[in-house]
Amino acid sequence: MATNSEKKASLLTRFRKSPVFWPLVALVIILIFDGIYAPGFFKIGIVEGHLYGNLIDVINNGAPLILVAIGMTMVIATEGVDLSVGAVIAISAAMGAVLINPALGNELISNEILTQNISHTPLPLIVLANLGAGTACGLFNGFLVSRVKIQPMVATLILMVAGRGLAQLITNGQIMTIYYTPYFWFGNGFIIGIPVAVYIVIAVLIAATLLVRKTSIGLFVESVGVNAKSTFFSGISEKNVKLIAYTFSGFCAAIAGLILSSYAHSADANNIGADYELDAILSVVIGGTLMAGGRFSLLASVIGAVVIRTFTITMYTVGVPANALTAAKAVLVLLVILLYSDQSRRLINKLFDRGKSKKESDDAKN
Amino acid sequence: MPKIKKFLFINGPLLATILIFIIVYMIGGQLYPAMKKPQVFFNLFINNASLLIISIGMALVVLMGGIDLSVSGMIALTSVASAALLQLNIHPVVVMLLMLLMGVALGCAMGCIIHYLKVEAFVVTLMGLFFARGMAYVINRSSITISDEFYRYLALTKIPLPFFENVSVYIPTLAGIVLLIIVFIIARFTFFGRTVYAIGKNEQSALLMGMPVARTKIAVYSISGFCSALAGIVFSISLLSGFGGYAKSMEMDAIASVVIGGTALTGGQGNVIGTLFGVLINGTIVTILQFNGTLTSWWTRIGVGVLTLIFIGIQSLFYLKKKRD
Repeated sequence: MATNSEKKASLLTRFRKSPVFWPLVALVIILIFDGIYAPGFFKIGIVEGHLYGNLIDVINNGAPLILVAIGMTMVIATEGVDLSVGAVIAISAAMGAVLINPALGNELISNEILTQNISHTPLPLIVLANLGAGTACGLFNGFLVSRVKIQPMVATLILMVAGRGLAQLITNGQIMTIYYTPYFWFGNGFIIGIPVAVYIVIAVLIAATLLVRKTSIGLFVESVGVNAKSTFFSGISEKNVKLIAYTFSGFCAAIAGLILSSYAHSADANNIGADYELDAILSVVIGGTLMAGGRFSLLASVIGAVVIRTFTITMYTVGVPANALTAAKAVLVLLVILLYSDQSRRLINKLFDRGKSKKESDDAKN
Repeated sequence: MPKIKKFLFINGPLLATILIFIIVYMIGGQLYPAMKKPQVFFNLFINNASLLIISIGMALVVLMGGIDLSVSGMIALTSVASAALLQLNIHPVVVMLLMLLMGVALGCAMGCIIHYLKVEAFVVTLMGLFFARGMAYVINRSSITISDEFYRYLALTKIPLPFFENVSVYIPTLAGIVLLIIVFIIARFTFFGRTVYAIGKNEQSALLMGMPVARTKIAVYSISGFCSALAGIVFSISLLSGFGGYAKSMEMDAIASVVIGGTALTGGQGNVIGTLFGVLINGTIVTILQFNGTLTSWWTRIGVGVLTLIFIGIQSLFYLKKKRD
């Protein structure tokens, strides 16, 4: 009996110490809040053979954010940050919309041609161009950070601002509407009742986790985040590790751009992916990855992103306007960072340990 | 000779900035002869008054080795808050003082979080940016017009300049220039200014030398908050309205101006005066695009981004050479 309870306790402590614990606690708190104040939140229905409801929305609309958060985790783990994700999303979306445009290269553009359900370029090429554009942006960031040695914040800030200009340039300053139905599959399609975006997320997450945990790349990333110089002295090319991290982040943002533009049937260079950098940083921070780099967990960041989406949708359900929500999120990020700081963590552990030692002494008395 | 060489090394980025400004402006003058009119030149100061003010605050922060991304959010928040307060018929001077107080308070709060809780400056100020913009939308989601007499007087009174005929600037334009001179003197000739440079070079050794690091750091972020609130007042005076979407990504323009002005992003190197020329270069590019008329506005963003990159490159070359010497 004793060994059994001991095992149970150790499993519980292991769960409490795992990076997934706190994000899950946050998620449960938000869901309990929903259960009390917005009872309709948990309704899941089946319409035309597809699952519908707020919870499905969280995952479906949250897919781009989850992807961006996965990329952002890698960058933050190398003691950097990628502020350009929103702009990369816009560039990727613009790329897709322009290549689909049936009137591409034609001088005469009439509405009849524009609104036709045909594409100028075959779909696989469009997807490749989307991903390629985003990956190139990530490569550019990585080059600036690792080779030119600009601080990550400034290097990516340049693309954050100039990138929206680039996206405008690609779309010629217009909000491009997409009428090509096969393109909608990524954001609106379903496989066995579940959105396609969810499958994409799962695929990327599994691939990234395998890459990070089954090869030594994850270890390299963590060691660069802890101390880039000593990593370099131990014979690892910290420059290339950083380059890979930023390129991966650009790649993830590009997939997010593909899904978002497919979901919205359009590419609006100014507004698509707005505030994604805030949400992504928030997800990573909630996932327990420190802004100072080092230890990271992809799964915890994913749960962090789900927490953010749930929080956002909950706030919309309660009736908070979208623009005002950014203020609340900003405060939330700071609070979470402070909560995860060493000092408060020590305090929490102390409380837990005190409870345990008290229980032990009670046991001893009995 | 060695003296001249040393002077060139120390002031290299600044001189390069001034030279580039002159070249860019002369190219503009050749392309569009109307740009040679003195009023067009002084329009640079009029149009970029608020950018100049936030850039001055940003220059101090960057000199100290920090960064302040919240400035554009503060401008939006100040414009909306002052417009909302003016609608309640509160005296404009009281409104302005309240806005400045709010700027200092927010800057001070961010400084405290950065220093005492050891959170990275860019995280705190990025959150400050989102917070300020969000609060602006909380106050009012659409734009509010300002019809206050005093604000209109400030906005519409022309000050004729001496030595030039038919050339005039407006009252808010002077705020940036006055602030620039004050901050230049503070940064150059006071203990506070020296401490800012020392922290920028090496915070640890500044602390070990017994310099008031905590006080200085918080003061610098407060000054930056003050500057952004002042810029917000100037902004709302020039547009006579307040809206949460104003001054979008102006923090990038400010950082670009500071970098182009020869201040190193790593801190401790640079000059506040250079920031003025950074702002002027920024403004000249916009003016040329406006004179051209066929190029679209998003080229400004791309142009400023590329220019910033080039200048960061020049800087790192300069400082590498310096180190080797």
